[in-house]
Formats: sequence, C-alpha cells, structure tokens
Amino acid sequence: MDLQTTIYLIVGASFALYIGIAIWSRAGTTSEFYVAGSGVNPVMNGMATAADWMSAASFISMAGLISNMGYGGGLFLMGWTGGYVLLAMLLAPYLRKFGKFTVPQFIGDRFYSKSASTVAVLCLLVASLTYIIGQMTGVGVAFSRFLGVSNHVGIYVGMAIVFAYAVFGGMKGITYTQVAQYIVLILAYTIPAIFISLQLTGNPIPQLGLGSSLSGHSEPLLVKLDQVVTDLGFGKYTTALPGSTLNMFVYTMSLMIGTAGLPHVIMRFFTVPKVSDARLSAGWALVFIAILYTTAPAVAAMAKTNLIRTITPGVVMQNADPYAAESQIKYEERPDWMKRWEVTGLLKFTDKNGDGRIQYYNDATKNADVKAKIDAAGWKGNELSVNADIIVLANPEIALLPNWVIALVAAGGLAAALSTAAGLLMAISAAISHDLVKGVFAPDISEKGELLTGKIAMAISIVVAGYLGLNPPGFAAGTVALAFGIAASSLFPAIMMGIFSKKMNKEGAMAGMLAGLFITLFYVFAHKGLFFIKGTEYLGVIGGANSFFGITPEAFGAIGALVNFGVAFLVDRVTKEPPEHIQHMVESVRIPRGAKAVDGAHV
Amino acid sequence: MQHDAEGYWRATLGLLTKVLIIWFLVSFGAGILFAPLLNQIHLGGYPLGFWFAQQGSIYVFVALIFWYAKKMSKIDREFDVHED
Repeated sequence: MDLQTTIYLIVGASFALYIGIAIWSRAGTTSEFYVAGSGVNPVMNGMATAADWMSAASFISMAGLISNMGYGGGLFLMGWTGGYVLLAMLLAPYLRKFGKFTVPQFIGDRFYSKSASTVAVLCLLVASLTYIIGQMTGVGVAFSRFLGVSNHVGIYVGMAIVFAYAVFGGMKGITYTQVAQYIVLILAYTIPAIFISLQLTGNPIPQLGLGSSLSGHSEPLLVKLDQVVTDLGFGKYTTALPGSTLNMFVYTMSLMIGTAGLPHVIMRFFTVPKVSDARLSAGWALVFIAILYTTAPAVAAMAKTNLIRTITPGVVMQNADPYAAESQIKYEERPDWMKRWEVTGLLKFTDKNGDGRIQYYNDATKNADVKAKIDAAGWKGNELSVNADIIVLANPEIALLPNWVIALVAAGGLAAALSTAAGLLMAISAAISHDLVKGVFAPDISEKGELLTGKIAMAISIVVAGYLGLNPPGFAAGTVALAFGIAASSLFPAIMMGIFSKKMNKEGAMAGMLAGLFITLFYVFAHKGLFFIKGTEYLGVIGGANSFFGITPEAFGAIGALVNFGVAFLVDRVTKEPPEHIQHMVESVRIPRGAKAVDGAHV
Repeated sequence: MQHDAEGYWRATLGLLTKVLIIWFLVSFGAGILFAPLLNQIHLGGYPLGFWFAQQGSIYVFVALIFWYAKKMSKIDREFDVHED
C-alpha cells in the first residue's frame, strides 16, 4: 500500500473512533457538560489531562527546540512537568473541595467581588484564545503535509471534528475522546523513537538509548554528538545555555507556575469524584506526560545525530572530517524526505558557494579554530535551514521507517492538537456562559438555558479559533509566551493566595493581579510590540532587549508573579480584613471532608 | 500535636515544605545551578547534570506527587478529616 493511502486509512480510523466516542457520551446536564458529572476515575482523568495538556507544541515542536538548544532545552522539560507538582499540592485538591465549575468562579467567590471574577475571565480568555491559535495552525500544518489537502481544508475538517464531540459531548465527550487521543498520540511518539534508538544504539528504550554508546562504538552517543556539533561550530550539546544560567532558572520557574495556573488544565481536576482523587489524578497525569517528556530528549539528540549523518555521512560513525571536500552529500543526491519537506518551505537549501554540496554548520560561530577550518574549506555560509517543527514529523522518514509509522505520526500530531483545542474551548465556553452570562448578566437563567448558552459559546469559539487559524495574526509565535506569562503572573498567585492566606482581601488580590499582569505585558510588549503590532516595540523605554538582568520576555512570568505577590501583601496590609464568612470558607476549603459533587450555584 | 483544623493545616504545610524543597533541589539545584559541577560525574553515557535537567527531575516529580498523595491521605485520617 502506498504512503498516502496508509495515512488516509490510519487518520480516518482515528477520527471515526473520536466521533464514535462522542455519540456514546453525549452530555445532558450542565454538570455533565462542564465537569463530566464529576464521575471520572483518576487514572482516566490523568490520561485525559495528559492529552489536554500535550499540545501541538509538545508533540510537534518541543523535540525540535531541544534538538537546536541542547541542554538548555531542559527548561521546557522541567518547566512543563514541574508545574504539576505545584498543581497537585497547591491548587487542585482545594479547588476540587471548593466544588464549583470554573476558575473565575473561585476567584469571584473567594474575593467576594464580581470585578475580581471578571478580571479572571479576561485573563482566561486571552490566555486560552492565544493558546488555541497555535493548535489550529498545528492542525493545518499536519493536514497539509500528510493528507495532501490545503491548509484551509485541513482547518475546516479539524473544526468539524472538534465541533462534533465538544459541542454535543461537553466535558464528558471531551474527556473520553481525550483518553483515546492520548493513546494515539503516545503510540505515535514512542514507536518511531524506539525504532530510532534501536538503530543508533541497539537499545530499544529511548531513555536508556540516549545514555548508551553508538552501535559498534565504545563512545557514548552524547560524547560523540558533543564533539560533532562543536566541530561544526554549534554550542556543545550537553552544556549549551539559553542566554544565561539566571535566564534558564527564571524561564523554568515561569513555565512551572504558568502550567499550574492555566485554567484549561486546572478545570480538569473538577471532574474527579473526591479531593483525594484530585491529588492522585495530578500524579497520573504526570506519569502519562512523563512518558512523552522523557522520550523527547532522546528524539531530539538522535534526530540531530541522524541529520548530521544524512548530510555528512561518514562523520558520526567513521570519524570522517566534516570539512573534507567529499564529506558532504551532493544536493542532487539528497534523500527523498528532504525533497518532500522542501515543498512545504520548512526545509530550505541555497547553494552559497556553488559547489553543489550541502554545508550545514553554524556560520555565526565565535570559535577561532572552527572559523579557520570554514575559511580553508571555502564555505560561504550555512546552506541548509531546518525548521524546528519538522524534527518530529520527519523523524521516521529520516530514519527510513515503514509507511505505517509515518501515518501513525500524522494521526498523533492531529490527536495532540485536537485534544488541546477541545480542552481550551471547554474553558472558554465555561467562562463565557457560566461566569459572564450566568454570573454577571443573567443570574436567573435556567439550567437548560445555560447549557444552550454554553453550547452556543463553544460553537462561536470554534469559528473564531478556526478563523484565527486560517489568518494567523503575525504574532502567533509570540503568543504562547503570553499565555504562560498571563497564567503565571495573574491567575496562579491569585488562586494560591486565596487558599493559603485566610486574610487576603479583595483589594489585595485585585491590585496584585493587575500589577502582575501589567508589568508582564509591559515587558513582553516592549520586545514584541504593543499588542504584538509590528513597529510599536519600545525597547528604548526599558533600556534595550532583555534589559532586566538579561531575562527574555518569554521568561518574565515568574517576575510578574513576584510583583503580584508583593503588591497583594502590601495592599492587603493597609485595607480591611475579608468578612468573617469568607475566612470560614477558606477554612472549609482546606479540609477534604464534606466535598460534594461539583455544581454551578453562585454564592 | 493539636488534633484540630489548625493542627491539620500545620501538618499539611510541613509536608508541603518538604515536597517543595526536594522539587527545588532536583530541578533548579541539580538540573540548573549545580549542573556544571554534576556534569563531571557520569551516569552511563549521561553527564549527571544534563541527566537531571532532561530526565531525572521528571522522574522525581512523578514520585513526589504520589508520595505527597499518600502522606496526605495519612494526615487526613490522623486528623479525622478524610472523605468516606
């Protein structure tokens, strides 16, 4: 069977499965719609949370980023997993005890203020909408490369599928579909990794393969990779830092608290029956996430090795000199996968020195030895640009794996993007219908009316997300940083103080949230332009790029959170205590006994 | 030890502090601050600091959550605030 037919078959089968589950698990009540009736087993919920969490970015982009960054890429691995420790201990069990549908509702009730809840809704909408654009473009890329349809058709199909199970199934439909999507995406990620690890090191477990020697050699893979990449002018793989140690530290911290503060992730813990289940469920979620996250570094390093092996065949296994005239392959003789990816524009070759061969190296290197070698070889600049996003998708092709593996990777990429999109849509629709419509505009809406509003809000969000996916605003790349920045600097500190400080009052919480949000946006916009509009950057005002101790805007969320905490405590000291009944509420939230099924009543 | 809500909260915070210290030590400590030092030690083909940043800290995080959940259930029972 040819590749295209195999892809259609496997992707089609996975879609049929999702739709089947959606029909089986239709939601009839608001509780089923928002929190799956709080009846989901913690292991299943962990699996669904993992699929919800692992987006197109985790599945498609992360290994590619690590592949380029080397050691520094560990900040994504630690940041996006360490947040679950915080979530399990600081937020999830208490929010489950609180027993309401949404994050803004907790903030609104705890800080006895509709304005606080409205600020939270705003933060949630911006964070979730920016996040969803990335998923939709991910769906478009995967469809257009693998199914041979245009980007547009790809996004329409994706919208239709999500519509089918999210609007009709609500959280219940989403949860059970996500369980299926997790299984598809994890198989799609690990199977090629196992094959590649076997080929390179003879060890079938990628996590061990990365620490093993290359097949037929006594040298560890990482030692060889370090040597090969430094020869080509890149940073040493196992020690290369992103900027500085301080930046890596703050960046990791920002991702951790950002992860813990993302509403679509927090919401998942409202679906389990008990408080103790919420704790366990975070553990299970991390187990399922860890399977992918510990495989990713192996995929990254092995993809880098394979890429260099493809372009300079004798260098890795036979110690050939990469600068020798015959070492690099001729462009005319490049493998088929390179031709296929050239069509997408994600892989580009320009023959700068006109010798018909591909030179792949870091032309901005500061290493004098390497520079001398480059000059001696007559190289005129790096000739191959490889987009980080193709590392995972092209990996099975680079390693010459069978067609069904390539098809499985396509289905996995789509599962990752669709499952995250559905989770985000759920958070958006709940915020609009439950927190805005029921909470602020029409408090006496009937349950039926609210359910209908929820479904309409979701349908509209799908259309908006699809539109943004089709016409990605120029700022798409910068927006994920914004989502984490907002979650870290506004939502996480507010929720945490709501639980851990009995005396924190509404003035403190509001001032903290706004200050954290403002300072983070101020720093991000200084680098990326006011609301990401090109040409409105104001780096001069803050004294140049990364002027705050060399911290990059992506890493700034943790600083925003510090400001939030600081301002909140200062304001709290000079304003009056929260009312008695709120302090009692905090006391009751801290204790597991008496947890009831999650419902939507506003206090 | 006080067997009331205050005692329960103190026990919870005590466990929390322990978990957070380990959480910090494996990631920010071994994975970032002391990584250059630890890289002189090898775990198979892995330099140890690199291993903590890209593998080890994740394994410890998983173990930490389950340990925390187990300990918390024990504390819940001890102070008689557990769910049925």
